[in-house]
Amino acid sequence: MSVKTSSKLEKILRAGHLGVTSECGPPRGSDPEAVREKGNLIKDYVDSINVTDNQTSMTRMSSLAACIHLKLMGIEPVLQMVTRDRNRIALQSDILGAASFDINNILCLSGDHQSFGDCAQGQNVHDLDSMQLIQTVRHMRDEGKFLGGDDINRPPDMFVGAAANPFADPFEIRVPRLAKKIAAGVEFIQTQCIYNLDKFEEWMRRLVDKGLHEKVFILAGMTPMKSAGMAKFMKNRVPGMDVPDEIIDRLVGVPKEKQAQEGIDICVESIQRLKEVTGISGFHIMAIEWEEKVPEIVERSGLYPRPEV
Amino acid sequence: MIIAEKKPIEEIISTISGYKRLLILGCNECVTVCEAGGKKEVEVLASALRMHFIKEGKECEIDERTLERQCDHEYLEEIRDVVDQYDAILSLACGVGVQFAAEKYHSTPLLPGVNTVCLGANEQRGMWAERCQACGSCVLAATAGICPVSRCAKRVLNGPCGGSTNGKCEINKDLDCAWQLIIDRLKAMDKLDDYEKLATIKDWSSDRAGGPRKVVREDVQV
Repeated sequence: MSVKTSSKLEKILRAGHLGVTSECGPPRGSDPEAVREKGNLIKDYVDSINVTDNQTSMTRMSSLAACIHLKLMGIEPVLQMVTRDRNRIALQSDILGAASFDINNILCLSGDHQSFGDCAQGQNVHDLDSMQLIQTVRHMRDEGKFLGGDDINRPPDMFVGAAANPFADPFEIRVPRLAKKIAAGVEFIQTQCIYNLDKFEEWMRRLVDKGLHEKVFILAGMTPMKSAGMAKFMKNRVPGMDVPDEIIDRLVGVPKEKQAQEGIDICVESIQRLKEVTGISGFHIMAIEWEEKVPEIVERSGLYPRPEV
Repeated sequence: MIIAEKKPIEEIISTISGYKRLLILGCNECVTVCEAGGKKEVEVLASALRMHFIKEGKECEIDERTLERQCDHEYLEEIRDVVDQYDAILSLACGVGVQFAAEKYHSTPLLPGVNTVCLGANEQRGMWAERCQACGSCVLAATAGICPVSRCAKRVLNGPCGGSTNGKCEINKDLDCAWQLIIDRLKAMDKLDDYEKLATIKDWSSDRAGGPRKVVREDVQV
C-alpha cells in the first residue's frame, strides 16, 4: 500500500515500523500550557499524539484547538472527533479547519453518551455515526468533495482512523464489525485498552484469518493501571472494558506504594508479548493523566528511539 | 400507539390554580390503553382535585368528559355547546389532542394533564416502551425489524457502539442494546452476513430536522 497522505504516522506504519501513539486529554479550562506540557513530556517517544474530544462527555477545551497547539510545537496530532456533538455541517467544517493547520490524522468515533458527563440534560446529535464519519472524511479527501457534492478547494489530507473494542459484546461480530469499518474506508485502528491478552489475541487471530490485517493498521491500546482501585473501577464501571481478575490480583498482591510500578510493569510485559502477534502494527499508549510515564513504557518496551521518516 | 404518563398532581394543581370551573377531558384512544388519560383516569384525577380543593377551602367546580378522540374535529365538536361554561380545559390526551383542542377552542385555556412520552408498545402489564421515533423514513428492512433510531441511545445506524455490554446499553443496565437485538435476530433468520452491509448516511430531512411534518393525500381528500 502506498502512502496516501502527509501523515508521519502513515509513513511510519507503511514503512513497516511499529507505530507508537499516545493521547492527551485537553484541560477543563483555556490554559494552553496544560496541552503544551503534556505534549512536551511525550513528544520524543511517540509518532503522533491523539487529542480526545470531550471524553466521557465532560466539557473540555476543544480537541481541534488543542491539536493546533500541539501542531504549532511541531508535534503531529491525531484529531479525535465524535459524532455526538456535531452535525454533518460542523463535522465537515471542523475537518477543513483542522486541514487548514495541516493536521493529518483523524480518529472517527461516536463518543460516550452525554449522560456520563457534566451536561447529562443536553441533546446529542448523531447525525452521522462513526462509520459514516469515516466515509465522510474519505469522501472529502479522495473525491475532493463535500457531502453535498460541491468541490472542496484544497481537500483535507488526512490519514483516517477509528477505534475498535475487541471486548465489547457480542464477540462474534467484533471481526465483521472491523471489516465493516474497513469497507467504510478506515486505514488505522486504535483499540480499546487491552488487559485480557488471550481474548485480544483470539480477536487478532480471527481478523488475520480474514486477511484484514493487510487492509488496516492495528495499534493495540495500552493503559497502565495506577492502582488496584483503578483496575477495579475499570472492570466494574467502565463500559466495554475487560479486566481479568489476575490483573487485579497482581496489583492487590503488592504494597499500595508499589502498585503504580506494578501497573507499568504489566503494561510493558503486555506490549512485549503483543509485539510478537501477527497483524499488530503498533501501540496506542493511553496513560490517563499519567503522561510522564509514557517515556519509560516506550523505552522499556524496546520501542525507542522512534524511527525517522 | 402514543404512550403518555400522568403529570404529578402537584404540577397539575399549580397549572389550574385560579380557575373556578374546570373540565377534565379524557381521550378514549392511546392514553386510555396506556392508562394515563382515559375515562378511568379522568375520574380518579377529578376526585383527587375535588378533595384537594375541599381541604384547602377553595372553590373549584370540576366536570368530567371523555371523548372518543381528541385528534379529530368530529369528536372535539361534541363539546362546542358546553365549552364556554369553563375557565379552562385540562386535557388528558397526548400533546396532539391538547393542541387540536386548543386550535378549535381558540379563547379557552387548554392545559396538559399528561406528559407525552413516545410511540411505543405495552411490553408487559404496567410497562410501556418506545419502538418508533417517527423519523419519516423507515429503516426496519435493513435492521432485522428492530429500530436503531428509537432503541439505540446514539441512533447508531452501524452498531453496536463500544459501550454494549452483556447485551445491554452503556447508559442503563436494564436497557437492551438495540444492536444486540438486531444481531440476535439476524442470526435467528440465518442472515448474519447482512450485518456487514454498511448503512449509508441517512436523510434526516423527513425527521424532526426538516421542520413540522405533514402528509398530504390528494387521493383521499374531499
